Amino acid sequence: MKPPAFEYLAPATLEEAVAALGGEDAKILAGGQSLVPMLNFRLLAPSLLVDITRIPGLDYIEDWDGGLRIGALTRHHTLETSPLVRERFPVLHAAMAHVAHLAIRNRGTIGGSLCHGDPAAELPGLALLLDAQLRTTQRTIPATDFFEGTLATALAEDEILTEILLPALPPGTGWGFEEFARRSGDFALTAVAATIGAEVRIVAIGANEKPIRLAKAEGLFSDQSSIDAVAAAAQDEVSPDSDLHASADYRRHLVGVLARRALKSAWEGAS
Amino acid sequence: MRYLEAGKRHSVRFTLNGRSVEGEAEPRLLLSDFLRHHLGAFGTHVGCEHGSCGACTIRVDGKAVRACLLYAVQMDGRVVETVEGLANPDGLDALQAALQKHHGLQCGFCTPGILMSLSQLHDEEPKADEARIRDVLSGHICRCTGYHGIVQAALEVFGKS
Ligand SMILES: Cc1cc2nc3c(=O)[nH]c(=O)nc-3n(C[C@H](O)[C@H](O)[C@H](O)COP(=O)(O)OP(=O)(O)OC[C@H]3O[C@@H](n4cnc5c(N)ncnc54)[C@H](O)[C@@H]3O)c2cc1C
Ligand code: FES
Ligand code: FES
Repeated sequence: MKPPAFEYLAPATLEEAVAALGGEDAKILAGGQSLVPMLNFRLLAPSLLVDITRIPGLDYIEDWDGGLRIGALTRHHTLETSPLVRERFPVLHAAMAHVAHLAIRNRGTIGGSLCHGDPAAELPGLALLLDAQLRTTQRTIPATDFFEGTLATALAEDEILTEILLPALPPGTGWGFEEFARRSGDFALTAVAATIGAEVRIVAIGANEKPIRLAKAEGLFSDQSSIDAVAAAAQDEVSPDSDLHASADYRRHLVGVLARRALKSAWEGAS
Repeated sequence: MRYLEAGKRHSVRFTLNGRSVEGEAEPRLLLSDFLRHHLGAFGTHVGCEHGSCGACTIRVDGKAVRACLLYAVQMDGRVVETVEGLANPDGLDALQAALQKHHGLQCGFCTPGILMSLSQLHDEEPKADEARIRDVLSGHICRCTGYHGIVQAALEVFGKS
């Protein structure tokens, strides 16, 4: 339970950080709430850790044309308690309450969660639901193209996520977020997030190797009376795995139940 | 830009419970081990070393964090608080006294971490209700008490009993 030896670098600028990532077998260290456990378990043994938390100007939540721009080093606890997030993206505010525990949320960053790419993590699913644009040191990647599989993303080795752009939701958009976990703060067995506004969007978390939009189910939505049929379709659209925590069948069942609840809240909240 | 070589010890300096402390650490040394074995601050306990149990929870710059998920070298210039800093010259602080009164601890292994999380909650949300208190406690594993006494103690300090 002790990490292997590594060199440690705390760059003061993004340029220095990118340069350091170029050469060696290096890893970016942000909040460390996923990376450090993996090092302690010796699942990883990078030769260099590049601690980006001393780089100024990456921790902010600001207006972006009615939506929000969020710095990659913004902590989960800051997102959870931000009045701007609560007002503009209540679905994100609701989801944050399910991300780990207070002490983890104080340290973990939005950028770290997205780049880690855990299929059961809330933030990658929310990025997909809210059509986030992910700005890096090289380019801007739509959330739809960012997540590639379990702990795999489109980022290059020497690419750093710097900013998350969330476009404004159309006025009157209703939302729902439903998660099932064994204990509060545990990773989701599965979760479903939905918005109903100009369009209907449904995302399942923890049900595939990455968060997915349930496009077929979305296409069946008409009004309240269609919710049961949409939920049944959602259940058919996911392909969960069995593991220690739950069987594939149980996860599939949960997706149906959670989709029904999330759509019901979204419908009731929409105007 | 600060660069530290692997396998070598480097000087680390931060504030611990209001006192400036200094020591030497290899980059891979966990803050929990640095506190206990280099500074002799054994109040911070170590259970799982992967962030799950909460025993090692301390406060850094006012925020509760897992000491087992930080490296000592990251603490340069930070303000660190551990359970040793809670009591005042007159005795236990309010949360500690309430835990004692309500039998909120038996073996005491989980207690320092719980105190540090609840102390942040009390600073930020002095009117937190039972649901919020239980939510914060969900980040701490207590194998002895069944949590009831801990919740009662917190409710008293948060003015809810
Ligand atoms: C006990 C426990 C329970 C948890 N429960 C949950 C939960 O319920 N839901 C949940 O979503 N998460 C949970 N987490 C994980 C937590 O949310 C982490 O904070 C998050 O996944 C990673 O963020 P970080 O800033 O700590 O990243 P780190 O651990 O520092 O990094 C994670 C990965 O991303 C890379 N990385 C980090 N930042 C960047 C960047 N800006 N650009 C490029 N690459 C980068 C790192 O190299 C590393 O590979 C839990 C963690 C613990 C310890
Ligand atoms: S020892 Fe740090 S959380 Fe268990
Ligand atoms: S008092 Fe023994 S673990 Fe909590």
